[in-house]
Amino acid sequence: MSEVVAVIDYGMGNLHSAGKALEKVASGQQIVITGDPAQVRAADRVVFPGVGAIRDCIAVLRETGLDQAILDVIAAGKPVLGICVGMQALMARSEENNGVECLGVFDGQVTFFGELQSDTGGRLKVPHMGWNQVQQGMAHPMWAGIADNTRFYFVHSYCVTGLADEEVAGRCEYGLSFAAAATRKNVFAVQFHPEKSADAGLTLLENFLRWRP
Amino acid sequence: MGLAKRIIPCLDVDAGRVVKGVQFVDIRDAGDPVEIAKRYNDAGADEITFLDITASHQERDTTLHTVEQIASQVFIPLTVGGGVRTLEDIRNLLNAGADKVGINSAAVHNPEFVREAAERFGSQCIVVAIDAKKVSAESETNRWEIFTHGGRKPTGLDAVAWARKMTDYGAGEILLTSMDRDGTKNGFDIALTRAIADAVPVPVIASGGVGNLQHLVDGVVQGGADAVLAASIFHFGEYSVQEAKQFMQAAGVEMRLD
Repeated sequence: MSEVVAVIDYGMGNLHSAGKALEKVASGQQIVITGDPAQVRAADRVVFPGVGAIRDCIAVLRETGLDQAILDVIAAGKPVLGICVGMQALMARSEENNGVECLGVFDGQVTFFGELQSDTGGRLKVPHMGWNQVQQGMAHPMWAGIADNTRFYFVHSYCVTGLADEEVAGRCEYGLSFAAAATRKNVFAVQFHPEKSADAGLTLLENFLRWRP
Repeated sequence: MGLAKRIIPCLDVDAGRVVKGVQFVDIRDAGDPVEIAKRYNDAGADEITFLDITASHQERDTTLHTVEQIASQVFIPLTVGGGVRTLEDIRNLLNAGADKVGINSAAVHNPEFVREAAERFGSQCIVVAIDAKKVSAESETNRWEIFTHGGRKPTGLDAVAWARKMTDYGAGEILLTSMDRDGTKNGFDIALTRAIADAVPVPVIASGGVGNLQHLVDGVVQGGADAVLAASIFHFGEYSVQEAKQFMQAAGVEMRLD
């Protein structure tokens, strides 16, 4: 039996990219895009992508029972990869949409970039959109074959701060320093889009498919 | 150390075929958007923009199929614009694998469409494309107006005020084309680019007029653009994307070179 990798589909935007990128790097694993909590629980690995507003995301997860499925998979020790809003949803709380309680897997906070200034004094554009460097906070199997300070593609207006140092797997600077990657045990979460980050992103996804936490 | 400026090659696609010919040496099929998108990806392009100029509505399915093909083989951001008029159009493009969708004349006809689109799909995937033309005389303060129909039809809308309004309505990025410069190879309209970049809180892509690599630098350094879009200088092999990136980096612009 080949391993099953579930990509969680909760009806919020473009999962095509994450699914296709995983298919590209898969070696025998079966990639399944699903919104069925039972199928998520049954999978060997789970990818939790996300775009759009966090309030809608969390609301759909709770309605469908996918929130509990994600927590169960994490508790079962299976590898879980959160991407973008998927990473943010794993935090304690987001200040987007006037404040949203999230899944609380990590203690971090999701905060707005706000009126940030660049080094040269100009206003920083929000969303933070484009290729920025990720400073690896630790050696980790997910960073295998990826040089420190490699650029990944970001697009977001809110970012994760307030994590414990040992949970920050990567940092990024954009007016402030925020968590580009968070990890604890079998969970790894990234603010950038590996599925849109060319070779470096594909390497990270390949690492995830091989990761044995 | 920080966010890199982006280089975005633009493909004009008609019924699934790239027009305004791309002339890579040794390319198997110069009209195949998938093949060309792959080439640009390999050359280090930071994103790809795909402008659908298909006139007939029936052939829109071809476009979706093309987007699907590109998205399953090219893993950098893909923006698709041209003829986007309804929320259904946007949904179809995103489902096919587009990361961002460009809205142009539909925004002029109905600005609320941009608001609805941003609320439904998120600002991060809504790019408003603005075609602007200088309307002030030489002796006057610069003023640019929005034009539709490929620069033929004035709308009376002030370009700077319009850009600001579009971002208030939820546009996550502005694709700014100078209709005075488009196709001239004389460089971006720097004053226009600077005026819009300073006026809006979101990233601005400069477009229209690139003839050499210094123009790309000028768009970013003098114009304040976050990204530069070009077609012909890359398509006709005058410069490679990699050459452009190295040139910009040498001029002090932060680029993705890894």
